[in-house]
Amino acid sequence: MRHTISVLVRNEFGVLSRVAGMFSGRGYNIDSLNVAPTLDPKVSCMTLVTHGDDDTIEQITKQLHKLIDVITVKDYVQQKDFVGRELAMLKVAPSPDARAEVLRVVEIFRGKIVDVSPKSFVVEVTGALDKIDAMARLLEPLGLVQVVRTGPLAVGRGL
Amino acid sequence: MRLTGSEILIHALREEGVDVVFGHPGGAVLFIYDAIHRLGLKHILARHEQGAVHMADGYARASGRPGVAVVTSGPALTNAVTGLATAYADSIPMVCISGQVPTHAIGSDAFQEADNVGITRPVTKHNYLVTDVRDLARTLKEAFHIATTGRPGPVLVDIPKDVSNTECEFLYPKEVALEHYQPRYEGHWGQVKKALALILQAERPVVYFGGGAILSGASEELLAFVDTLRVPTTYTLMGIGGIPGNHACSLGMLGMHGTYRANLAVDQADVLIAIGARFDDRVTGKLDEFAQISKKIHIDIDPTSIRKTVHVDVPIVGDVKNCLQKLLKLLDDERPEDLERFQRRIQPWWGRIDDWNREAPIAYEQPADGPLLPQFVIDKLYQMTEGRAVLTTDVGQHQMWAAQYYHCQGPNNWISSGGLGTMGFGLPSAIGAQVARPGETVLCIAGDGSLLMTVQELVTAVEEQLPVKVAIINNRYLGMVRQWQQLLYDDRISGSDLHVGPDWVKLADAMGALGLRATRVEEVEPVIEQALAHPGPVFIDFQVKETENCYPMVPAGNPSSKMLLSDPDPMG
Repeated sequence: MRHTISVLVRNEFGVLSRVAGMFSGRGYNIDSLNVAPTLDPKVSCMTLVTHGDDDTIEQITKQLHKLIDVITVKDYVQQKDFVGRELAMLKVAPSPDARAEVLRVVEIFRGKIVDVSPKSFVVEVTGALDKIDAMARLLEPLGLVQVVRTGPLAVGRGL
Repeated sequence: MRLTGSEILIHALREEGVDVVFGHPGGAVLFIYDAIHRLGLKHILARHEQGAVHMADGYARASGRPGVAVVTSGPALTNAVTGLATAYADSIPMVCISGQVPTHAIGSDAFQEADNVGITRPVTKHNYLVTDVRDLARTLKEAFHIATTGRPGPVLVDIPKDVSNTECEFLYPKEVALEHYQPRYEGHWGQVKKALALILQAERPVVYFGGGAILSGASEELLAFVDTLRVPTTYTLMGIGGIPGNHACSLGMLGMHGTYRANLAVDQADVLIAIGARFDDRVTGKLDEFAQISKKIHIDIDPTSIRKTVHVDVPIVGDVKNCLQKLLKLLDDERPEDLERFQRRIQPWWGRIDDWNREAPIAYEQPADGPLLPQFVIDKLYQMTEGRAVLTTDVGQHQMWAAQYYHCQGPNNWISSGGLGTMGFGLPSAIGAQVARPGETVLCIAGDGSLLMTVQELVTAVEEQLPVKVAIINNRYLGMVRQWQQLLYDDRISGSDLHVGPDWVKLADAMGALGLRATRVEEVEPVIEQALAHPGPVFIDFQVKETENCYPMVPAGNPSSKMLLSDPDPMG
């Protein structure tokens, strides 16, 4: 089962390696990891996506809690509980006759062309994981050459 | 008051009640050593940094107070890693101060530079690099707080050389500001009640306690709990001494070299009460066949220990002492006739356990003129010290025999590397224990393989006139390795033959200690007597039967109910 875990950490020296080291040392998977400061510059938010059975996820959240620099751990699993979004930038180098089709796909997915050159586009798109996967699948036959993505960010719904 | 970083360190240690540190000097800690000298802090010079950290560890285990080690940068810190990992695996409160190259040189591959916090991150509870002297006092306060609270553990504070020589205003904080680090001590009343209800309706209950009971200082409560219920009780290697080893309710240790009755009792129990223990693989054997019948209660202060490997029916996160106090309070309210009914109900269970003990007791037969049996030597040590010595061990067969035959009478008297299994732990930890408890008999049961790993620390014992007694169970093998090779690798003895070894008597003598030797049965008592009467450190070379094996044994991968009880018959 895929879990998106949101971890608030004290913005201390080495905190990223404590979290990453816990995962690698105990053999847990990190599918993606995103770190950035919050409104409080002393606190950072890590959003990480992992997978495993219920026992593994329970251990992961407990082990995260155990790290001294970790403030809170929120495990999101049900879509109804949180909004998850990812930013991706896709570089496409279509043949001249496919350029129009690329623009159509971008429009359908409400993406944005943020760079254009005679032979390529860079497309910016945000959305849930599946949406970006779907878009990449459609762009692939049109000459997709590179994808960079942030990994999902998550925020709980409501208050 | 304006002080340098080094002076702040010494003042902070005083504030924390530290009266002795174990260490080894070097370039990056020269200012710290200068402050130790000028401000007069007691320092014990180890001859290797691993030794220094094990000494601090032994001091902590014997005293219940955090041990402190001081090492310099680079190779000193890497030497200290084994000691930190040992303490981490056994949850021992400790603060290790390491020197670091000056802040401006960090990251430049400077002489004796290593990424100390990077290297020690997985083997410490927490660690710090202090880059600003104004953070030093607060960091030290936090380090001691983290090391000694919740599930204890070692904390490393890495101090660059310039920080140790920079002045700032010193004010030791009264409180720590770690609002998100709040270990839960109070066991949940509802869960405790549920646990007691489960216990009182049991027919085949077993208590299984571990090092958490010792660390929490819960021996008194544990004993009261066991005495009130008269419930069969077994313990892990780390739990030894939590109740006296020969207590009427004690089944002895469980696990890979545990007693037959303890392992079978846990296997057949209907309610298993795990207290400050963590279902380690050396305890459970094959996990999916471990104690399958039982409902399980698990008391532990570390939530990650609960449901890590074994499903638990009644989890209780909390301090062992606190939870046992609550259980005892509830037991107080039980009607005496209900407790009597419980004790009557478990009588047949005790009958089965006693039968198992008759079937396969922990026993040996020492032939009067045969080679010395290691069990006999340890039994004699037990008898002649009345089980009251502070006992340290190395790792291997002798450690398991010590667990089986040396019935420690109280908590904090059994000092052994359980989790990490660190050979060479015995002598330096004995030195630390002797510093913590002067005037008491400190006995190290060592292996000839293990002892050679840290033997240089005998010089420290001589220098400090610490009268530790080291009983070397000398079988001229890495005995446990040899035992496995014999039983599981078709007797191919690979790398475990130690027939080329030191003359231990001469080695002791060369280092300024007393060396004694016993090879025959009638020599054992006199040498122990002589060693105990000697005012300084002693090595006793007990030349024991080379091929004696340690039983019962649960071969790795087997369920703990499937024990080998003796060497397989060579005739088939």
